[in-house]
Amino acid sequence: MSVLMNRPTGSQLSQNGRNKGTHEMTDYLKLAVLAVITLFAAIAANYARDAAYMVHAILTMVTAGGLFLWQLRRVDEPKAQPANEYMDGPVRASVIATAFWGVVGFLVGTFIAFQLAFPVLNFEWAQGYLNFGRLRPLHTSAVIFAFGGNALIASAFYVVQRTSAARLWGGNLSWFVFWGYQFFIVLAATGYLLGSTQSKEYAEPEWYVDIWLTIVWVCFLAVFVGTLVRRKEPHIYVANWFYLAFIITVAMLHLVNNLSLPVSIWGSRSVQVMSGVQDAMTQWWYGHNAVGFFLTAGFLGMMYYFIPKQADRPVFSYKLSIIHFWALIFLYIWAGPHHLHYTALPDWASTLGMVFSIVLWMPSWGGMINGLMTLSGAWDKLRTDPVLRMMVTSVAFYGMSTFEGPMMSIRAVNSLSHYTDWTIGHVHSGALGWNGMITFGMLYFLFPKLWNKQRLYSLSLVSWHYWLATIGIVLYASSMWVTGIMEGLMWREVDANGFLVNSFADTVAAKFPMYVVRGLGGVLFLAGSLIMVYNLWMTVVKGEAKAPARVAVPAE
Amino acid sequence: MEDIYTITRAFADSWALLVMFALFIGIILFAFRPGSNKVHADIANIPFRHEDRPAPDSGEEASK
Repeated sequence: MSVLMNRPTGSQLSQNGRNKGTHEMTDYLKLAVLAVITLFAAIAANYARDAAYMVHAILTMVTAGGLFLWQLRRVDEPKAQPANEYMDGPVRASVIATAFWGVVGFLVGTFIAFQLAFPVLNFEWAQGYLNFGRLRPLHTSAVIFAFGGNALIASAFYVVQRTSAARLWGGNLSWFVFWGYQFFIVLAATGYLLGSTQSKEYAEPEWYVDIWLTIVWVCFLAVFVGTLVRRKEPHIYVANWFYLAFIITVAMLHLVNNLSLPVSIWGSRSVQVMSGVQDAMTQWWYGHNAVGFFLTAGFLGMMYYFIPKQADRPVFSYKLSIIHFWALIFLYIWAGPHHLHYTALPDWASTLGMVFSIVLWMPSWGGMINGLMTLSGAWDKLRTDPVLRMMVTSVAFYGMSTFEGPMMSIRAVNSLSHYTDWTIGHVHSGALGWNGMITFGMLYFLFPKLWNKQRLYSLSLVSWHYWLATIGIVLYASSMWVTGIMEGLMWREVDANGFLVNSFADTVAAKFPMYVVRGLGGVLFLAGSLIMVYNLWMTVVKGEAKAPARVAVPAE
Repeated sequence: MEDIYTITRAFADSWALLVMFALFIGIILFAFRPGSNKVHADIANIPFRHEDRPAPDSGEEASK
């Protein structure tokens, strides 16, 4: 734990002497709030109407009670906010959490891939807890929200400080964002295994978890905007625009999609406010923009900072990045209805979604070109720098999956691809290729920087990770193309008399070899991530410390 | 009196669409305003400043 904390020096402590009075006040206020939460959680655990709610109430009680004791021991202690250094504690914690949740998410994903190939892995003794239906949302949320979310929090806090030349705003609020977000992940994950779900894909957590996430997210926004307001650079660098769009839009999506009425304050069940096709449209407006703003806009923020840094040259065209940003913002929000072709949704709405999805080709490829061309004049670095190779590969996958996506949104293509594993393949070429690879690149960039090391422990291990991950993705995507198109064609095959030729079980049997190949792809990807964790661990433990930076500040 | 859906739909199809489109085109044109090249080159280099610590508080104003 102590590794993560910034140790204040004596002179910095004295700077804050005048704020002592207000700090004491907030200390006592925190104690009161924690006490009330602990008491309420204890009562809630007693009255709980279902298992998930009871477990969550106990978790809340223990956490709030523990925090109460922790807070009690530090009342009246002076707090330091040195303005002359960056606040990297929460960033260090988030990159560790990113690596940890990444491995957990990949492991669960690989396991459920084999559950589909070998149903016997849905163990009889674990039915209702570890079967595919319970583990699948655990996998999706672990990789998207735990792995991806922590990567976004880490990089947003790191990048906004460096590009604003200012320390994070809000003191320890950024620590609250980090720990609050981890608590959200634990609530969501345990809830899935215990069957607490509101049945909305990628928005499964129930009402009280949604409220908690809203509180954490508003604090995230406050820290980010507060730091931007404090900035010493006159302009806001483009990466921050993407991060800001990601934070604000996700807040909006989360609030609207989770409008629900709890059945009881003592239980986890709730009823959605909207119903029928309105509910479906809201869900996929949320679902697609979670892809658009969580997995695209936020990660583009990473691309626009870390690729220029790793290549050591500014972004190819700043104008193009402005157009990329605004085109993405104006277009993405309309693409959701393409998830609901051939449903009760009116035709005009699904056509609108399809047209906007196709128009999205332009900004997506503009952004990809901007990322790739940043290397123009430095392509030779790809030979020697496996971290840069990882980042560039991620941008290439961004281009590929943003080509595939609009194509699949076309109604005629969708009639073949929808409900098949082609969709799963598409999602994973984006998630493993684009989000995964850029995050790995970010971690390799940040670990030596955050722990003040000269370099990574081993570049050849990075190459091993790179090739294992890339071959894993290729196995995954190609097997899902084959099996997806095959099952789509089998489902629609009719004989001369107009009868369907194949039963559903026929398609399941035919898909077996491809399911095994997909699982093997997952094993390779997981193995690569374990190598990364070892490499990052050794970088921190064994790495050579960087020579102390010059203290003198040049006159500007 | 028409229902709210029809009214909002008609508004979305006309004025809202026009405003959004004009806004988008306006932003693009603004990015290409004269003198923007210099500004953009400066912004693009932000990641290469202040890597290790924040800009100092005092003296900033004086240097401008």
